[in-house]
Order: sequence, then structure tokens, then C-alpha cells
Amino acid sequence: MTIRTEPMTVNIGPQHPSTHGVFRLRVTFDGEEILEVEPIFGYLHRGTEKLAEERNYTQIVTLTDRLDYVSSMINNQAYCLAVEELLGVEVPQRAKYLRTLTAELQRVASHLMGIGFFLQDLGTLGTPLMYAFRSRERILDLFEMLCGARITVSYMRPGGVFFDAPVDFWPALDQFLKDFEAEYNEIQQLILENEIVMVRTRGVALLPLDLAINASVSGPSLRASGLAWDWRKMAPYDAYDRMEFDVPIATGGDNYDRFWVRIQEIHQSIRIVKQCIEQIEPGPTRADVPLVLRPPAGAEAYGRVEASKGELGFYLVSDGGISPYRMKIRSPSLMNLTVTEHLLVGWKLADMIVTLGSLDINLGEVDR
Amino acid sequence: MVVRSLGGGELEERVSAGVSDSVEGSVDDALWINSSKVAEVAGFMKSDQRLDFNFLNSVSAVDYIDHFEIVYHLTSLNKQHTAIVKTRLNGRDALSLPSVYHVWRGADFQEREIWDLMGIRFEGHPNLKRIMLWEGFEGHPLRKDYL
Repeated sequence: MTIRTEPMTVNIGPQHPSTHGVFRLRVTFDGEEILEVEPIFGYLHRGTEKLAEERNYTQIVTLTDRLDYVSSMINNQAYCLAVEELLGVEVPQRAKYLRTLTAELQRVASHLMGIGFFLQDLGTLGTPLMYAFRSRERILDLFEMLCGARITVSYMRPGGVFFDAPVDFWPALDQFLKDFEAEYNEIQQLILENEIVMVRTRGVALLPLDLAINASVSGPSLRASGLAWDWRKMAPYDAYDRMEFDVPIATGGDNYDRFWVRIQEIHQSIRIVKQCIEQIEPGPTRADVPLVLRPPAGAEAYGRVEASKGELGFYLVSDGGISPYRMKIRSPSLMNLTVTEHLLVGWKLADMIVTLGSLDINLGEVDR
Repeated sequence: MVVRSLGGGELEERVSAGVSDSVEGSVDDALWINSSKVAEVAGFMKSDQRLDFNFLNSVSAVDYIDHFEIVYHLTSLNKQHTAIVKTRLNGRDALSLPSVYHVWRGADFQEREIWDLMGIRFEGHPNLKRIMLWEGFEGHPLRKDYL
């Protein structure tokens, strides 16, 4: 006797712990196998681009915090670089180093969350996530010393940073770096060669390099497919031209490789932080810019950085007023989602959750 | 600096030789093309050996009240150079231009977003529907005359 079967369509989300925010996947299954996928988002759309047209250039810094809210420092940096290009302002050396340093600390924090939630999605029930959070909390404490905020930092300003680091920041940073080495080794020992992680993620959801490039995938997901493309190397901004670091790549493009690349990038970020501490010199931390900025009419700029998720770009158009005429945000998480359908079709339900975790999207940035 | 940005003049020379009647002019950092030729120019810029623009960074639309501008930021990951290509759409109603979806898959969500928020249609896009807002929403909120 044959049992009649038919495909079933299920909504994963918008309220679902594995979607990392309010995100919905409409999936059609044949048993456990995925036949069709459609990502649906916009639940967190706050109209950041429209809001920016009503605020002055300095106020917009606070809006950028709320894009990818686990890497606000890097968002600040991308926006400030775009405004500086618009104005033609030169940033003081000390501010460049402070920005590079905080951006790299933020990248560590963001990747720790990416790794933690990836393992959570694998079904590790919180243990590795808490190990990752332990170190991330320390970084947030450091940010609190710098600017009083932990998540929505608004630390950078067009022309530099808001405040110089307080004197007790430097010993606290040294202590963190010392402790982090041991803490991070512990995390790596738990997960890097873990057999269950390997079996579940090796060879799953392959992303070929030509598709990754064609679909505008950037960041760790692109590098896991085998191309060493990193804007910090390719078009160095702030103090990156004086930093020595490697760009880790993997060639498989599977879930494990995307996860592995993030783990390796944390090592490089720590290397950069250490170089910043060695090279930083006393000096002003903000260029002499007026409080209300008025870039020349018709000026345009595209400021881009290598954010923790990929290439983050701000395209600004000025009409000579105190607010941008148009601000377009090139969000890496949104672009990386282009390949969801390709990654998921043909795999099982359990792999779907893990694959979404390996892309490390942030819905604040997808929906803007 | 490893990545070089190609000037408008350099692009104009190459593109006008490859696709006839497509270039409208160029400025320092950008190439202006005819909006009806967008897909052809995109295909040429991607396949041309010297330009080799295999990566689409972003597609943006800017509302200038009497016309709209569509801006393409491109990068060649092999040749390590970038370019800005712009096109102009006059008027405010029933605007459309060819989609570059079939040249760069990365245009998928961004073209949908421009349709959703700016109300510009991309002909040839396989799934052009609202992305941030829901089906049935009236108007296109990023336009200057909305609110």
C-alpha cells in the first residue's frame, strides 16, 4: 500500500528563535526536504533612509547605531567616512587609531555573537553561546568606559571621535586582551574540532564562488567561498594602511567554512587592536568641524567599510543643506540573503536553521 | 590604495565603443548612460575583458522632483577597480528601465526595494514586488512628495 504524500508549506517566523530577529521564511517541504524557499522581511523597517533626510549630519550617527545593532561602531565608522568624503575633512591621527581599535573590538564582539548563535542553531542549548557572551560582555564594558553606552554607542563623529579614551581605559583594555586569549582558546577547544559540529556542517549548503560574486555576497561568506576580498586591505581607510594582518579564507563555501572564517578573523582583529595600542600617539581626537555641517551642493560620496557582515556602504547626496538630500545604505546582510534560496533548496529542515546562522544576518540591517 | 576608481572619460571611451548610442556623457567620476540601454551596458561592462565588472555593490535611486537618478556602484574583483554608472529618468509617473537582474543576481533585492520605496519599475525582473512594505500599501514613501 502506498501512502499519499503532498508538499507542505510552512512559515518559519516572523517570531521564531532561530531567525535572529523578526524574519520569515516561507518554506515548502517534501517530508523534511526543502523544495522552495522565499525569504520575507521588512518587519523591522523603520525608514532609516527617510528619517536621515530630516536630521542633520551629526544626528544621523545615532540612526546608524540601530542598523546592525551588534556592530554599531563599524556602522558609525562607515557613515562618518562618507560624510568626511563629502566635506573633504582630514581626520586627526589619534582619532583614526581610536576608530580602528574600536571597530576591531566591535568586530570581535559581533563575530563572537555570530559563532555563538551559529552553535545555538546547531542545538548546543546555550553553553557555547554563554562562553561567547562572557567575552563579548567585556568588550561592551570597554565601550561603556569610552562613551557611556554599550550597544548604541554613537562614539564616532564626522571628523573624528566624540571623546578621547579615559586614562583607565588602557589598563582595562590590556587586561581584557590578556584574559581573552585564554577565554578564546577555551571556546576554540570546545568547538573547532568538535565531531558533532563537523558532521553537521561540513559539505552542507555549498556556496560556489561565482554565484557568491554574482549575487553581491560580501564579507566572511564571500571569503569562505575562496576569495580574499577585504575592503580593509583593498581600499584601506582610517589606520588600516598601517596595520599588518591576514585575510583568512576557506575554499569549500560550506557552513563550516563560513563559521571557521569568523573564528580566524577574531585572531586577526586582536592582532590589529594590539598594533593600535603600540602605535597610538597623543593628539587631538576630532578635526575642527562646525557643529552643523553643510557639505557643498551637489556633492556625492560613497563611504564603504568592511563591516563584520560584509561591505557596508553609505551613499550620500548633498543639496547644500544641513541634512543629506538622500542617504542610501548598502546593507551587507540584505545582499547576503540573496543566496538563501540557492543554499537551502535540497537540504533538510535541520540544516536550514544552521545555514541561516552561518550567513550571520542581522535584521536591523536587512530591514533598516 | 589597491583599488582604483575608473574615471568617467575612460569608461565613456570603452563603453561607447562596445554598445552603440548608449553613452550620454561623463563627468570626473561617473558615466552617464541612456536608461533604455542599462541592461545592455551592464552586460557589456561585465563581459568586457578590460572592464570586467563582476560585482555590483549597490543600486540607488535619488528623487530630484522633476527627474530620478539611478546610480550603480560597480567593482571588478579581478581587475581591482571601481566605477559609478548613472542614468536619468524624466517625469514622475510610470517610470521604468531594464533590470540588470540577469547580469548580476545581486540586483534582485535592491531593485525590488527601489520599486517599493521609489516607485520605479524594472522590466525583466522576475519577481518585482514590494519588499519592505506589504502588498496593498499605497504610495512609495522614499519619494520627496510623500509626507
